[in-house]
Amino acid sequence: MSSPILKLIAQRIALGLLLLFAVSVLIFVGTQILPGDVAQSILGQSATAESLANLREALGLNDPAYIRYLKWLGGILTGNLGTALSSGQDIASAIGGRLWNTLFLAFWAAVVSVPLAIGLGLLAVRYRNGFIDKLISGLALASTSLPEFFIGYLLVYFFAVQWQIFPGISTVYDGMPFLERMKAIALPATALTLVVLAHMMRMTRAAILNVMQSAYIETAELKGLSPFEIIRKHAFPNAIAPVVNVVTLNLAYLIVGVVVVEVIFVYPGMGQYLVDHVAKRDVPVVQAVGLIFAAVYITLNMIADIAAILANPRLRHPK
Amino acid sequence: MAKAQAATPKPEMLLDIRDLRIEARVFPPDEAPKTVTLVHDVSLTLKRGKVLGLIGESGAGKSTIGLSSMAFGRGGVKITGGQVLLNGRDILTLGPAGVRKVRGREVCYVAQSAAAAFNPAHKLMDQVVEAAMLHGVASRAEAEKRAVALFKKLSLPNPETIGSRYPHQVSGGQLQRVMTAMALCSEPDLIVFDEPTTALDVTTQIDVLAAIKDAIRDTHVAALYISHDLAVVAQVADEILVLRHGRLVERGDTHQIIKLPQQDYTRALVAVHEIDHTEKQPSPTPILSVKNVTAAYGGGAVKVLKNVSVDLHPGQTLAVVGESGSGKSTLARAITGLLPPQQGSINFDGRTLSNRLADRPKEDLRQLQMIYQMADVAMNPRQTVRTIIGRPLEFYFGMRGKERDKRVAELLDKIEMGTGFADRYPAELSGGQKQRVCIARALAAKPKLIICDEVTSALDPLVANGILKLLLELQREEKVAYLFITHDLATVKSIADAIAVMYRGEVVRYGPKSQVLHPPFDAYTDLLLSSVPEMEQGWLESAIQGRRMQSAGN
Repeated sequence: MSSPILKLIAQRIALGLLLLFAVSVLIFVGTQILPGDVAQSILGQSATAESLANLREALGLNDPAYIRYLKWLGGILTGNLGTALSSGQDIASAIGGRLWNTLFLAFWAAVVSVPLAIGLGLLAVRYRNGFIDKLISGLALASTSLPEFFIGYLLVYFFAVQWQIFPGISTVYDGMPFLERMKAIALPATALTLVVLAHMMRMTRAAILNVMQSAYIETAELKGLSPFEIIRKHAFPNAIAPVVNVVTLNLAYLIVGVVVVEVIFVYPGMGQYLVDHVAKRDVPVVQAVGLIFAAVYITLNMIADIAAILANPRLRHPK
Repeated sequence: MAKAQAATPKPEMLLDIRDLRIEARVFPPDEAPKTVTLVHDVSLTLKRGKVLGLIGESGAGKSTIGLSSMAFGRGGVKITGGQVLLNGRDILTLGPAGVRKVRGREVCYVAQSAAAAFNPAHKLMDQVVEAAMLHGVASRAEAEKRAVALFKKLSLPNPETIGSRYPHQVSGGQLQRVMTAMALCSEPDLIVFDEPTTALDVTTQIDVLAAIKDAIRDTHVAALYISHDLAVVAQVADEILVLRHGRLVERGDTHQIIKLPQQDYTRALVAVHEIDHTEKQPSPTPILSVKNVTAAYGGGAVKVLKNVSVDLHPGQTLAVVGESGSGKSTLARAITGLLPPQQGSINFDGRTLSNRLADRPKEDLRQLQMIYQMADVAMNPRQTVRTIIGRPLEFYFGMRGKERDKRVAELLDKIEMGTGFADRYPAELSGGQKQRVCIARALAAKPKLIICDEVTSALDPLVANGILKLLLELQREEKVAYLFITHDLATVKSIADAIAVMYRGEVVRYGPKSQVLHPPFDAYTDLLLSSVPEMEQGWLESAIQGRRMQSAGN
């Protein structure tokens, strides 16, 4: 480990933080220009003008936008995400359990999908343009082409309604036994896996095929290595950077993009929480959830960048 | 395994290729795919411990034949006929698993570009011992010991530790030797050397060549040595096979091929560097005068030209020679204004040129044209030859329509290509034809000076010879001056009127050709001149012995 590589990594981290800051501004501005009045939606159509004005004053809605932004940002930096307008609950504590639920679901979906995608990608390269390759690619593309709500309902129809193997509603609660919990998330995790699998598989295949054109692959072939050894030992290490990139992109999707899947399976995660509060016009909740999603996305992409830097032998071992 | 082999003595005939036919499926643009024959029923034999040179131009099928000894076809290439008997059995009938046991064990391969042939993700040692371990020739410890011994034999620096380096941390000449060690490590019966020194600088080439020759002699391995350079092959081969268009032209021992060639084609290969050119005397006023130019990259951080001064006279050729990294191409960039010099001035045709390209008037641009090494990337692949040559006519002279087409036809005639080529695309031309089109494009501007940057380096010797003759012919007709950048001293001897030898950004020797090439030499010019392979057996040994200076990089 030497200074150029540390400098590169420090640059990536600084860029990530800057980006996160920019996103926080965007989220704030975005929610401000939404139509509708929070006080009105809390008090309802029958509210008097006076009570509306009082509530606006109490919520600080009369301050200029930049003051409200700075207050919001200051709160986030000190761990205070504010209170939900609709329920008056502390957002941070409400999100805590739900974020954990979402990560739990994403984790198990990733545990299944990432090795499966990379394995299938390697297999597709080994038998490229053959029957196995086409079968893998065809099935993966089919699963991607179907929208996730459709896959979700298909899974519910067969596994919950017809065969009654897994529950159609993924209720989880604190203190739930692990196996019960796993059973509850089986269907949403499967739906997520099917959604992200094809992209990761295709990109792994493309990245390795690209490397397979290199002269050193021919060298390995002329040493008498078997095709699978060549892919594993000589092609894959040089395809790590693009593969890590697409994997983290999909991991981010598993956490951020679960909104639809969580709603279908009524899973008490972040997505469900977000959708509920958008409907209630609860701006602080939407802002907080949006910012957390952005942070997850940026962090994972940053990790991908850093992994790509570390995977490059020229950067790891300078002259 | 070793015992079993010791029990049955190996046949004296190591490799016996009979009526080899190799075909490839090609997909030409706008045409139906078709099958072309790359190698037409070629036969050859190689005895244990001998070296057979395969020589020919690109497309002669030398690499294809070389790889057939490993039952390997590159890309869409398929061996469709004949037999390849290695150690007495036909390896074409072994099947994939059987062939894998031969590759890396009985036959090993040394590629032209070791820099590309090594996996950037693994340490050199891991790659060097891989085949030996895979085939059970040696344990890891034994193989590493053998590798270090081979590194020593190939005179690599730090033989004990070089194995723990990554490919990008080692120079090109060193990598080429590491690759030779890699091939020798599993103690094969045969090594295929595929142009192992072609990509190297001339002073590095001689070192690598000597290392390879010593290693072949000491390990008694047999070799197929593939090269387009007959002088190089003559140093290592016992016998030489001359190939052309996938057919055998001539076979004989090395002495016979270079001294008493039987076929016209072989005679042309032997005589390839001989061009008649009488040196012209300097005129009173040079057309181009580079005065004390210093240039650097990275905002002055890396100085690549140090106080360079040269003159070029009208209608003459100044050759700038040196190895890669000597600053010769940077000199061209400074003259053209692509890299504005930090100090010094460039005078052209009686006026001082602006340092920056953007500040130069169109007339300056017109009178100073360039031709590049890679003709195919110097042309827009989506434009026809007519558009490519017509572009400077439109841009500088405002020619349009019939007038332009007439001039394009004249120019095509000058470069010895017919008007039939006007509507072709670059992809439909051969390497030599592409370079001719680039010459025509430069001439179209009616320049007073053309900078030729390694214009013949990517071409086969005979094609390069044709291009050089054409350039001299055009110089006579058009009175154009050439600044000819090259690393090839044979080219320089053929065409230059004056020579500037560059070494690490400085001009170390400069003057009329006869003077520069006449002793006494400075140490670097001596090294450079003595490194040019001569068509003479035993040249390598005497050249290595007579050296006064080690080569720069490797």
